[in-house]
Amino acid sequence: MNTVIFRTIAPLIVATMLVFSIYVCLRGHNEPGGGFIGGLIAASAIAVLGMASSAAQARKALYFDPLSIAGFGVLLAGLTGLVSVFNNSPFMTSIWLYLELGEATVPLSTPLLFDIGVYLVVFGTISSIALGLESNEGEEP
Amino acid sequence: MAAHDLPPAMIETATLPMAWVVVLPLVLALMGAALLLIVRRSHGLSFVLALVSVLAIIACEITLLLHVFESGPVSMTMAKWLPPFGISFTADAFGASFALAAAVVTLVVLIYAEPEHPSAVGGGSFYALVLLLLAGVTGSFLTGDLFNLYVWFEVLLISSFGLMVLGGRAVQLDGTVKYGFLNFLATTIFLLSLGLLYGLLGTLNMADVMRVAPQANPAAMAGVAALMLLAFGMKAAAFPVNAWLPASYHAPPAAISALMAGLLTKVGIYALLRTLVAVLPATRDVLEPVLIIVAIATLVIGPLGAIAETNLRRALGFIVIGGIGAVMAGIALPNLAGVSGAGLYIFHAMLTMTALYLVAGLIERQTGQSDTRYIGGLYATSAPLSVLFLVLVLAAAGVPPTLGFWPKVQLLQGGLQTGGWIGGLLVTALLVNAVLTLIAGTRLWAHMFWRAAPTPAEATPGEPLPIGRLHWLGSGVLFALIIAAGLWPNPMMEVVRSGAADMLDPARYVSAVGLAEVTP
Repeated sequence: MNTVIFRTIAPLIVATMLVFSIYVCLRGHNEPGGGFIGGLIAASAIAVLGMASSAAQARKALYFDPLSIAGFGVLLAGLTGLVSVFNNSPFMTSIWLYLELGEATVPLSTPLLFDIGVYLVVFGTISSIALGLESNEGEEP
Repeated sequence: MAAHDLPPAMIETATLPMAWVVVLPLVLALMGAALLLIVRRSHGLSFVLALVSVLAIIACEITLLLHVFESGPVSMTMAKWLPPFGISFTADAFGASFALAAAVVTLVVLIYAEPEHPSAVGGGSFYALVLLLLAGVTGSFLTGDLFNLYVWFEVLLISSFGLMVLGGRAVQLDGTVKYGFLNFLATTIFLLSLGLLYGLLGTLNMADVMRVAPQANPAAMAGVAALMLLAFGMKAAAFPVNAWLPASYHAPPAAISALMAGLLTKVGIYALLRTLVAVLPATRDVLEPVLIIVAIATLVIGPLGAIAETNLRRALGFIVIGGIGAVMAGIALPNLAGVSGAGLYIFHAMLTMTALYLVAGLIERQTGQSDTRYIGGLYATSAPLSVLFLVLVLAAAGVPPTLGFWPKVQLLQGGLQTGGWIGGLLVTALLVNAVLTLIAGTRLWAHMFWRAAPTPAEATPGEPLPIGRLHWLGSGVLFALIIAAGLWPNPMMEVVRSGAADMLDPARYVSAVGLAEVTP
């Protein structure tokens, strides 16, 4: 895998995949997509980066520990469920906010935040596994 | 049809603040696990955060239990959808008291395991996995939806898998593979039965299933219930699908195996109690002969295995299996005394089995041995240890005035009320189980504590480890709880009796979910 062609093109692929994963995550509420599939795409991008450079390099590029990202995702998803306590509604009830920005209306909601949480969980878990498989024996995880 | 002709799909009334305590224990456990995953590099912070989360969960569950005891089952259906569409969380006295016992057991194990960190417990993910395990257990006890129960079983399985393999010694991998394979099989069978049930009834909400099950094809329903019996029987380690338990529970460090002995099989047997007695009572009657045979076989084979076993924690594993037989006997005796005996037994087994494994861990630390053939003379070395072990063994066998006595009395009463050859057989099996457990337990005690220490030539000396103050604190707190609950059983008996009444007559449960006035 360690060819010049792959190493040269990898950063481009990784950047494109990451942007695409965010796009897929955000369109997921009404169209095919969502946090789960978005997270998978982003994790694949990290796996490609790990193959092209090294697992240690990919970890450095991530800055945050992948499992901590996953933990933060669960925390975020749980918190969005708890927001409905202020609305006299049961756990996980969705709350919507329609922002008027000039001509356009931007619908913001707790399901969106929940989906971002799912994205982070899937991204963190899968990239942690992928980097674990890619790292060499005895390398500090 | 115009849109306004459709029946309503959303709940219009405001949620009572009290309903939140049904979901809060679970949410706290799940978010606590997430937080602990983030801070897992710092051991001190992890320990404090884990303790705080579990204490908050216990506070919620005490509130929940008091509320349920005063005014009947509480329910909350997620996201404002009306019950059969939304996922309901419903707590009755059984679910709430078991969830509380699970949280208390987790707290004790956290305290006990603290000094073992990080050498024996391995890595920083121990606390996160324990909280995730607690989330799975709490979810299973409090959910009011069969598919959701499956989800919590998966959470439970994954976290227990992780806990069992932490440290990565060869014996742990061996135990984990056996445990994991059989439990994955059981979960798959459970999922199959859920698919069939949904195909038959079109709903998986427990309260809704209670309403519509009588109209379904009885033969097909019996098939579904038989699959559930197999699946939960495997989870609970009932005979003849019990082989995984003694093969795996002795592998991980003592604190982890104590947590598993206290929680895992109890969730399986609770699910069996819930589905067969409360949700599908008609099919339970069809399966009664099978239940009786399984109960008697489990009651007798468990302690017999414990008598034959020489490894300390493996022997305790067989005693755990014998206890599962006692709960099965309660499921086979569906009257108030029988079901409340089964419920009380689950409560007792959570506390006592955990305590037994914790003390077994102390014995292993003291001697550096896990084979009872090479342990001896402990009475002279550590008198408190011998008292702890003996009293816990008596509690497991059901000798008064320990906690184990009261569920046995209830079960025997249930058997005598049923009468006939069914009641007679089960009563005999329960008494035989008590005697055999007593023989197995006191034999272990006599071997390890009473007889003279074996000469160094026959023993392969292990490395004795020091017993820290937190070890004593953890096992002592649990021991004191067991003694106190045995001496003052009344509050607990009343809670369990009200829970058993709700299991046998689900009217209050169904109306708490909000399905009482809907006609099937």
